[in-house]
Amino acid sequence: MATMTALQPGTYGFPVSIRKKYNNYIGGEWVAPLSRTYFENVTPITGQILCEIPRSNAADVDRALDAAHAAKRAWGKTSVAERGRMLEKIAQRIEDNLEMLATIETWDNGKPIRETMAADLPLAVDHFRYFAGVIRAQEGSICEIDSTTVAYHYHEPLGVIGLIIPWNFPILMATWKLAPALAAGNCVVLKPAEQTPMSILVLMELIQDILPPGVLNIVNGFGLEAGKPLASSPRINKIAFTGETTTGRMIMQYASQNIIPVTLELGGKSPNIFFKDVASADDAFFDKALEGFTMFALNQGEVCTCPSRALIQDTLYDEFMERALKRVQAIKQGNPLDKTTMIGAQASSEQMEKILSYFDIGRQEGAEVLAGGKRATQTGDLAEGFYIEPTVFKGHNKMRIFQEEIFGPVVSVTTFHDEDEALSLANDTLYGLGAGVWTRDMNRAYHFGREIQAGRVWTNCYHLYPAHAAFGGYKQSGIGRENHKMILDHYQQTKNQLVSYSPNAMGFF
Amino acid sequence: MPVVPDQVIAMPAAVELMATLAAKHGELMFHQSGGCCDGSSPMCYPRGEFLVGDADVLLATIGDTPFYMSRSQFEYWKHTQLILDVVPGRGGMFSLENAEGVRFLIRSRVFDGVEITALRAAGRV
Repeated sequence: MATMTALQPGTYGFPVSIRKKYNNYIGGEWVAPLSRTYFENVTPITGQILCEIPRSNAADVDRALDAAHAAKRAWGKTSVAERGRMLEKIAQRIEDNLEMLATIETWDNGKPIRETMAADLPLAVDHFRYFAGVIRAQEGSICEIDSTTVAYHYHEPLGVIGLIIPWNFPILMATWKLAPALAAGNCVVLKPAEQTPMSILVLMELIQDILPPGVLNIVNGFGLEAGKPLASSPRINKIAFTGETTTGRMIMQYASQNIIPVTLELGGKSPNIFFKDVASADDAFFDKALEGFTMFALNQGEVCTCPSRALIQDTLYDEFMERALKRVQAIKQGNPLDKTTMIGAQASSEQMEKILSYFDIGRQEGAEVLAGGKRATQTGDLAEGFYIEPTVFKGHNKMRIFQEEIFGPVVSVTTFHDEDEALSLANDTLYGLGAGVWTRDMNRAYHFGREIQAGRVWTNCYHLYPAHAAFGGYKQSGIGRENHKMILDHYQQTKNQLVSYSPNAMGFF
Repeated sequence: MPVVPDQVIAMPAAVELMATLAAKHGELMFHQSGGCCDGSSPMCYPRGEFLVGDADVLLATIGDTPFYMSRSQFEYWKHTQLILDVVPGRGGMFSLENAEGVRFLIRSRVFDGVEITALRAAGRV
């Protein structure tokens, strides 16, 4: 640690020991970066240095690709039962060490332990189990073309996959991509986000005996120096990326040079739509809707599907907002390791700066601040951490705070008069990842939800991410659907064997 | 003719960082990002590395460095002046300042009515 502080790993919460220095995991071994250079990994909780992480470059990426290519043939030939069993073991290992991994994730990312314990890690466990099961249930197909001709379709792995992982849910986002990629029989080179590299490495230490060497390789470093050589390498057979649009385009550009498939998840500006009837009774459902509104603060708003635009029916607005703002004011912010804390620190100082820049533009555009709107002052060990107050703006949908993913605990609220206006506002965005619809009228919920241009329409719920429910974007939110067996198609080739069971020549020559 | 305001201006720290990056990497370009994670960041690349096309708008040239944004995104941003600044930090994916310990950051200013009129007259918005 750079300075002595009471709040250090091991001194508060579940006792974890953090190495002073981590390395890359390549070919089943922990290896130093070839340049021998490292960078400092800061915890957003206190702003202090946690550990050192390899600052890798193209040579390390090549080394990892060598290891992956050396392993791919044997790994691709393992039975689905063997691969499924290994994924089950990974799931079990995570579950058996859940509080340790949750605590590490909290130290690395700044999110509250309540969420890592109840969401990030249990969801990762479930995803590994889901793909362990679903790969065994996957079937090829046989098509009888005619009485003597049969088409057989087999699933084959693509080979070596590049994964570039974001910093908002480091272990879970890695899992969303890793579980299907490994289940499908691919080898992987994974680059964690440089803002949150540590938890994936701690997870790798925990599961390293389960997978054969070279199947999963982790190369750390900066996007420019390690991510770019991975994304542009002619030696990957597919790239999967979660992040923003310009880099998404860049990754497609590199993929076009190598003619390889990509899957992209590029974020959103998700509308959360509340119809008047949610308040027709002051009951459990109304309470649930109020919680649904407050979900913008989950994970400090650092969620691609953050319900960052609340559209509230004009006849509901006053009654709803009076209660909703009380709910926001009751959010407990502070030490992310405290199990009662509801909102922790933003993942990095630059992220905090960006959010503050949006507070400025929101005010300039004339938005009204109904709650928050500034950096949250913390004291003691937390004083240098990156905390932002949960913030509610009121304005209109053309304002930039309604159109850009702030990636902070910020919701922009506006009203609508009827369904037509609600739909027009909901779809007036570049993105189409998530949406929420709240109503007691299930006919309306069905028809209205079908008209929203978004890949996931939560209906009378929000922020659920179960395996077996497809997740991905319309419009500029990306390409592909994760969390469901259909993602296997994005990690597999189809082999068609077209077989003639006739002894007779075709008669052309 | 009213003065047409700049749609992107650069703070001194940004100009200085651009000079440092140009010395290392040659001519530069910017493309304004949107969306998840590092979204809203102005991404800085070696000029020509990022393919721009009809889907993009050239918002400004800072010195000789072009600054682009996708046309669809510009529709939502066009009433604001972008102020290219620098803050401590890291990340920014493949952006050239990624390993320098600093980040380009966009601040914004809402154009007033006179400025919008001038931009419209000039065909800029």
